[in-house]
Amino acid sequence: MAYSDKVKDHYDNPRNVGSLPKEDPAVGTGMVGAPECGDVMKLQIKVNDQGVIEDAKFKTFGCGSAIASSSLATEWVKGKTLEEALKIKNIDIVQELNLPPIKIHCSVLAEDAIRAAIADYYKKKGNVGSVGEGSGSGKNA
Amino acid sequence: MVKLPIYMDYHATTPIDPRVLDAMMPSLTNEFGNAASRNHSFGWKAEQAVEAGRGKIAELICAEDPKEIIFTSGATESNNLALKGVAEMYREKGDHIITMVIEHKAVLDTCKTLERQGFRVTYLPVNRDGLIDLKELQGAITDKTILISIMTANNEIGVIQEIGEIGKIAKQKGVIFHTDASQAAGKIDIDVRNLGVDLLSLSGHKMYGPKGVGALYVRKKNPRVRLASQMDGGGHERGMRSGTLNVPGIVGLGKACEIARSEMKEESKRLFSLRERLREGLSKELDEIYVNGSLAKRLPNNLNISFAYVEGESLLMGINEEIAVSSGSACTSATLEPSYVLKALGVGEDLAHTSIRFGLGRFNTEEEVDYVTKRIAETVKRLRSLSPLYEMAKEGVDIKNVQWKKE
Repeated sequence: MAYSDKVKDHYDNPRNVGSLPKEDPAVGTGMVGAPECGDVMKLQIKVNDQGVIEDAKFKTFGCGSAIASSSLATEWVKGKTLEEALKIKNIDIVQELNLPPIKIHCSVLAEDAIRAAIADYYKKKGNVGSVGEGSGSGKNA
Repeated sequence: MVKLPIYMDYHATTPIDPRVLDAMMPSLTNEFGNAASRNHSFGWKAEQAVEAGRGKIAELICAEDPKEIIFTSGATESNNLALKGVAEMYREKGDHIITMVIEHKAVLDTCKTLERQGFRVTYLPVNRDGLIDLKELQGAITDKTILISIMTANNEIGVIQEIGEIGKIAKQKGVIFHTDASQAAGKIDIDVRNLGVDLLSLSGHKMYGPKGVGALYVRKKNPRVRLASQMDGGGHERGMRSGTLNVPGIVGLGKACEIARSEMKEESKRLFSLRERLREGLSKELDEIYVNGSLAKRLPNNLNISFAYVEGESLLMGINEEIAVSSGSACTSATLEPSYVLKALGVGEDLAHTSIRFGLGRFNTEEEVDYVTKRIAETVKRLRSLSPLYEMAKEGVDIKNVQWKKE
């Protein structure tokens, strides 16, 4: 399979790899996918008092497109408010990375990971339900 | 300095041995006759070349008579002809066929077609090593069983079945025994007489011959196996496979068989030591890697390993500009489904997604093996540093107990 240059770039130089302390109340953790499906993404955000995502980290088990999608997602959420981050759609990731149809699920997973991380953050704050469907899988962390 | 890219996918296909190409050149150029032209020297020459090739193939697998070799376009066609040809010919005798779950698609899909035509097919399971249980085979045979089709060596994991034992069981029960030997022919000793094989498929391009040519061994005596032809035409190949013979291909296949026969012993020793060098090198560099299938009952040139916590395709992406290997099955890696062969062994789907198949061959060197070891190890380590699963495993979380949210 031929990968786009952007996918290769994220694969070769993934942005924001790592982990944030998941017990930190300012940190939201989203873990989506499953090992038997060949894709697991962990995306974490650190949110400041103004509701702005000031840091984001990821780790991904999956193909090059999955790695690139989650790497891109961390880049995009950084500096955004939670509301803005929720507006990131999988199709934006598909377009930015030129993902072929067979890899669209990678972008869907990245969108889910963002939502799950934000949901986890809200849950910790005692404010459940603001994210809508697609949320609530932070329990894996 | 090693020359890149390195080819280590010899189960998929092999390059033509230069000696094979040399042997083929006359029939690709001046000696272009049709082997069925009975009345001029061009035809006679072509026929001679074909018969010489037939003889060499017969010798490689210890067939009694070169006439038992039928030329085809490759092992897929040989498998189709064997299964459909027997099914059609012996339909009145019975409607039951036995095969196993880790056969190549050329056998499995042919069986599916036969099922649609009303035949019943038993797909024997395999154990963790990738081997069928002979008692189970015996138990599956009924008075309606007309054919057993069990491959000699598997294309993904290289595991070699107990062909001689299966042959014995087939003889006792009077059932025809076919084996797909595409991966095994020219790599390990095959003696159709001793093994009790009645039909055997092989392919040119898996053994340093050209693509587009293969053969089917069809036993003539004890028992005489008859096949309904699947291709109508001029009645070539004793009526079993019509179509003008692929003379250059046949000459090439013959030469490939001749080389394999005279060099097999040395070559398999060399490939085995390269394979072990690769396996030991990787084991030294990396924890949590698992060989899929029996290591003892395996082709000398095959290694199929799961690199836990690293998805196979991402691993290939890190190396595939320099190294040619396969993830999962080469045939199914476009589908994103993990390999059905590994699933059948009971390899968890999580580990099945992390498997790589290495196929070593005639032109690989120690330097190449060392280079591949180094690059694979580096890439696995880098991807594990990105892997949430590796992180969890190192924290002591049992990944199997996690409630994953499946998409």
